[in-house]
Amino acid sequence: MKNMRILLLTGILAFGIVSCTKDLDRKPIVEVTSASVYANPANYKGILAKLYAGLAVSGQSGPDGQPDIAGIDEGFSTYLRQYWKAQELTTDEAVIGWNDGSLPDYHDMDWGAGNEFIAAMYNRIYYQIGLCNEFIRETSDAKLAERNIGGADAANIKIYRSEARFLRALSYYHAIDMFGNVPFVTENDKVGAFFPIQIKRADLFTYVENELKELDAELVAAGANEYARADKAAAWMLLAKLYMNSEVYTGTKRYVDAAAQLNKVIAAGFSLEPEYKNLFTADNHLSNEIIFPVTFDGMRTRTWGGMTFVVHAEVGGSMNPGAYGIDGGWWGLRTTKQLVNKFPEPTGAVDRRAMFHTAGQSLEINDIFTFTDGYAVRKYSNLTSTGAQGSHPTFVDTDFPMFRLADAYLMYAEAVVRDGAAGSMATALGYVNALRQRAYGSPAGNVTTLDLDFLIDERARELYWEAHRRTDLIRFGKFTGASYIWAWKGGVKDGKTVSDHLQLFPIPASDKASNPNLTQNPGY
Amino acid sequence: MNCRNLIAKLILPAFLFLFATTALAQTKTITGKVTDVNGTRLPGATVTAKGQNVTVATNENGDYSITVPASTTRLIFTSVGFGMQEVAISGNTVNVTLRVDVANLGEVVVVGYGTQRRKDLTASIVTVTAEDFNKGPIVSPEQLIAGKVAGVQITPGSGIPGGGSRIRVRGSASLDASNNPLIVIDGVPLEDAGISGSANPLAMINPNDIESFNILKDASATAIYGSRGTNGVIIITTKKGRSAKLRVDYSSMVSRAKRIEVVDVLSADEFRALVKSKTNATQQSFLGNANTNWQELIYRTAWSHDHNISLSGGIPNIPYRFSLGYVDQQGILRTSEMDRKSASLSVSPSFFDNHLRVELNVRASETENDFANEGAISSAVGFDPTQPVRATNRYGGYFEWLDPTSGLPNNNAYKNPLGLLYQRSDKSTVQRAIGNIQFDYKFHFLPELRAIVNVGSDRADGRGTVTVPKEAASNFRDSGFFNRYYQRRKNDLLDAYFNYNRDMERIGRVDFTAGYGYQTWEQENPRVPRVNAFGTVIDSSFYYKAEHTLISFYGRLNYTFMDRYILHASVRRDGSSRFHPDNRWGTFPSVAVAWRMKEESFLKNSNIFSDMKLRFSYGVTGQQEGIGNYEYFPRYTYSAGTAQYQFGNLFYPTIRPEEYDRDLKWESTSTYNAGLDLGFLGGKIGFSTDVFRKSTKDLLGFVAVPAGSNLSNFVVTNVGELETKGIEFTLNLNPIRTKKFSWESNFNITFLEAEVQKLTLIPDTTGKYTVARGGISGGVGNMIQALRVGHTPYAFQVYKQVYDASGKPIQGLYADMNGDGVVNTDDRYLYKSPEPKSYMGFSTQLNYLGWNLAFTLRGSFGNYMYNNISSNNVQSNITSTTNFLNNLHRSALEANFTNNQYFSDYYLENASFLKADNISLGYDLGRLLKKQGMTARLSATVYNAFIITDYSGLDPEISGGIDNNLYPRPRTVSVGFNLGF
Repeated sequence: MKNMRILLLTGILAFGIVSCTKDLDRKPIVEVTSASVYANPANYKGILAKLYAGLAVSGQSGPDGQPDIAGIDEGFSTYLRQYWKAQELTTDEAVIGWNDGSLPDYHDMDWGAGNEFIAAMYNRIYYQIGLCNEFIRETSDAKLAERNIGGADAANIKIYRSEARFLRALSYYHAIDMFGNVPFVTENDKVGAFFPIQIKRADLFTYVENELKELDAELVAAGANEYARADKAAAWMLLAKLYMNSEVYTGTKRYVDAAAQLNKVIAAGFSLEPEYKNLFTADNHLSNEIIFPVTFDGMRTRTWGGMTFVVHAEVGGSMNPGAYGIDGGWWGLRTTKQLVNKFPEPTGAVDRRAMFHTAGQSLEINDIFTFTDGYAVRKYSNLTSTGAQGSHPTFVDTDFPMFRLADAYLMYAEAVVRDGAAGSMATALGYVNALRQRAYGSPAGNVTTLDLDFLIDERARELYWEAHRRTDLIRFGKFTGASYIWAWKGGVKDGKTVSDHLQLFPIPASDKASNPNLTQNPGY
Repeated sequence: MNCRNLIAKLILPAFLFLFATTALAQTKTITGKVTDVNGTRLPGATVTAKGQNVTVATNENGDYSITVPASTTRLIFTSVGFGMQEVAISGNTVNVTLRVDVANLGEVVVVGYGTQRRKDLTASIVTVTAEDFNKGPIVSPEQLIAGKVAGVQITPGSGIPGGGSRIRVRGSASLDASNNPLIVIDGVPLEDAGISGSANPLAMINPNDIESFNILKDASATAIYGSRGTNGVIIITTKKGRSAKLRVDYSSMVSRAKRIEVVDVLSADEFRALVKSKTNATQQSFLGNANTNWQELIYRTAWSHDHNISLSGGIPNIPYRFSLGYVDQQGILRTSEMDRKSASLSVSPSFFDNHLRVELNVRASETENDFANEGAISSAVGFDPTQPVRATNRYGGYFEWLDPTSGLPNNNAYKNPLGLLYQRSDKSTVQRAIGNIQFDYKFHFLPELRAIVNVGSDRADGRGTVTVPKEAASNFRDSGFFNRYYQRRKNDLLDAYFNYNRDMERIGRVDFTAGYGYQTWEQENPRVPRVNAFGTVIDSSFYYKAEHTLISFYGRLNYTFMDRYILHASVRRDGSSRFHPDNRWGTFPSVAVAWRMKEESFLKNSNIFSDMKLRFSYGVTGQQEGIGNYEYFPRYTYSAGTAQYQFGNLFYPTIRPEEYDRDLKWESTSTYNAGLDLGFLGGKIGFSTDVFRKSTKDLLGFVAVPAGSNLSNFVVTNVGELETKGIEFTLNLNPIRTKKFSWESNFNITFLEAEVQKLTLIPDTTGKYTVARGGISGGVGNMIQALRVGHTPYAFQVYKQVYDASGKPIQGLYADMNGDGVVNTDDRYLYKSPEPKSYMGFSTQLNYLGWNLAFTLRGSFGNYMYNNISSNNVQSNITSTTNFLNNLHRSALEANFTNNQYFSDYYLENASFLKADNISLGYDLGRLLKKQGMTARLSATVYNAFIITDYSGLDPEISGGIDNNLYPRPRTVSVGFNLGF
């Protein structure tokens, strides 16, 4: 009897033990998994939205919380904020008065492989590429068929996939431009612990070129997509930028190819925004000049980076935050006298693009950390074109014009100046004067000849603070060396010559150490 | 059927069924008295029938009566502080005299899943019982043993009422996973994670209910806890009912806490003078006429009181203890306060001739917190002392810096410290209940074999609200702030094991345990709406729920041969739901040997050595705390409504794939330990030393992975190695122990050294791979510490400051450490660390004719501090600000930096210290009352009595080593009264 009980007890315990190990199969309750998320065709657009949002916000909570990347303050971590800083703070167009970690290195031009801002840019690029790869992988025709997704759903998802490929190409273009020889991963690499190979800058150029050419057949026609989604024109524009800089990236001149793409962009139905300043307002999504934006919204797309950063950081000193539709300046960004002096005068009375705030500011920068040293810039605003406040005073509505028609005009002109076979000088002059006429409000500023020195300055006047400057200066041979010196270049007040290796940023020390396949860029 | 149901529906009834019809055996009753060598009767001594698990306690006169099975031949007598005695039964009366055994050699030590005789231990385990606890106004249990145990570092968090501590057993074995020891209360392992709304999850346990702490340090002891043993295990045993007679204990304590010092900032007059000499007319125009000492204003003298009552006794054969506690503690920072009501019940009946012993423990507490806005601390340091507290304005009448153009509060300036305090209400209520019931059945046909089933549960419920009125400057732009949060956690446990314990002549003593454990945790954050100050719903919090489960099989063998050769082996196999089925199971073995040399013939009769034991152990433990529950899944996360993206005119919530490592597995630590225990002169001197080396591999780290290989740049993955080496010494002195006078002291010191050995998947050939850690105040995202191979974890990463001939630091001039001609981030070097090279504790107790004097000293040496208060408040506080002024730290005058030099090693200071944690004096009035069993004690304690240090800041003891915005720990004087009858 007793033994029976013991046996029974042992039996029950054994049963319990075996059956209970099933409890180890705990599945997420709130979070969804890849298996469930891709089963529903309605989810694909949300994942596509993340690929775009990856350029704008820092994570899933807005303005902060659940960051996308780690190793840096979340507010700093957005793609656009980092891209903007890397392209602008390193040049004559902008200085920033903040003592955040290695941020001052940008303008001082003494960055090393340990610079966390450079690392954040690099990590953002690969974050985008990783997400795009995952989406491309999960939306292959085979996978869609496996999940019984067909008809209109499948057709839409194929378009999403082409946009993911465009976004990946965009980030790879940034990688080519800033880092040179970089890790190369595509949808054929699985997620996990492996060491991506390093691709040569020229080979990656070819890859991106081919991708964009292929996408021409797959993307939606220019102007036919929803606002903020990429169409053929965005891909042409990106390809044009790749070709424009081909000589830097590969040593081969491709200005004729660039002009061919630009001609398609220019013919696609975009038109110049009549009033220059309205390209940078809270309602700039209405502009027909913008080819590809990164969007923001005070209520629904919130971040401490992106345009929230640009609009707030430009305000300080005696500037009235209310005049920019915001609740306070961050006292950060100003510019050097070199940019100011490219304009006939700083108030915009002659050239309306000269949007400087001079009251209480000195033209000279004696101390980078003092906001009132250097003219402030009032280009971006969270007020609408009619002066109404954006939807939130902290988080701005203003979209970032990543590609716009004026840039296409100037690139066309430059291509023609650099290679007569690219197009017609008369057309080029027409495009440039269209911009100048808008700036002057009359033909008073029109020019009759074009040369490279004029064009690099004209690009500054038209496109300053739009994250083109570093690439432009390198293409014109003025970024490093002695050919062009600006205030505080090299970390001294009057500026000095800096080493040519700075034309590429270093592969961040963190990635160099974690991936044995990587060779560091020269000079680091 | 899920497992919780299984426990409820099958296993428990099965046990009850098993015991339902057991016959009663033949018995006999033995009586007698227990005294000490002086003839004083010992109440509360434990009498156990050997091999039978029948136990009674002596009454207040030291008498006992025990009914034992007729077959019983020997009785075992134990009492705290005395040596064990084993006496043969002859006749019906057995009187014993217990000898003081200061080394506690005969005591039973609580180990994982059972107890062991201290004699038979191979492991490094330290027991601290109630009589050795730190005294004074202690609200959180771990403070009871601060400074008492070698290898255990308890760093109090801050002065926040009810605040917790950082507990480290032998340093840190992990980087990003948890470094907290496993805490087990009466067999129920507590969850490591805290609960929303609580300053400290441990503070929900009333320290007055605690009987003892057993700290398991080496792998020989902790490997039985397998995946949770790496950081040491602290087993807390609570007080139980003992004697048959009702005993009532009441204690009450009143405390007064005051801040010791304030941060050394400029006075109003000094500030005025400096502003006038250094700044332009505009800046000078911001100076006010007031003389406000902001730090004086935000602190107060705080009062606390603490009352406890307990009833214990036995309703025939059912010992019980019931206690109630209430503590109300004010913080010295105005508006901070906590109060806790707690109740506990313990019942331990025996059935079937003591073959079935049941132990039921239930404890519950409710803590109410008023959290002060600690932002007021740094604000009070930096706020312009020439400004008045009050002003006529729309911000609640508090003076605030305004933006001259908009008239709104200036975002870049400090807010009024008193406004911060009084214009914010942050309250929480946390309820927690922990209970367990343990069945311990000794088989009738095989009394050496016991089956033990322990079922437990730990539930916590935390909720709170934060309200800032719409006129408050801090949230004026958002029209105030209102937040509500709610979190529930629960943790259910089943442990079932067999224990076979047999003492065989000539063959030796065998103690074998084998069992199964199931524990599951659940966390739920119900959705709560968030509204603004107007009551408009802004959004609602995320709903969240997660679970994880740990299933274990374990076994342990302890074999003692000839009372001198001891072999110990254990193995545990753990399965965790946090890992993919392929990596889910981990095996954690340990093996140890010990040699009680004292038992050898050459020492047996030595008068000098009363004990000598050598111990060696090796074991592997694991770690999985501190990581997410579903990290191995390819998960997707929806964005909040504020992180959508626009397509056309519509906004789409985004869906983000999360980074993951499918191959995630246990972090594993192998530990070697060698120990020597010595006792001299009949135990008057006890000495113990342990040398250990802990090597952790497959560190669970949140680290950078190769760009492009995963879905983010950092992933929680198994990467890296870390090694900690150390040596501990403990010296116990009990030179005098007479009826009139006794004196005992404990001294312990620990030397530790930790080194990161690997941080990347591949060995880092660059030697430069650095993970930045240690965020500081000032700038955004600035980090002052780093992890790098070959260095101490969290070493400070700083520039080497260059000084001029007069010894003054030169602003912005740093050494070019790598000699490349450029000073940039690559020249930041790793220097010193916040962790001490050694730490010590010294406590002593003197008893003389009813007087009791006790104090505890704690020291820490070689630890460095980054003085962030000083680095953050330099001259730019007056020269670079526009439309407002900030006060300066006095050090700014010496360094003369005009801009913040956050990364200069100028701000690193040696923060070694020696602290007197408590000095306590008590007097036992019970001696005057001359009534047996009656105790009445008066006591006075000074807590945090003095600090000896070279560190220039307020307090050298800040875990993490970054001094910024610390809620200062007060000095507390308390008076207490205890009454028992």
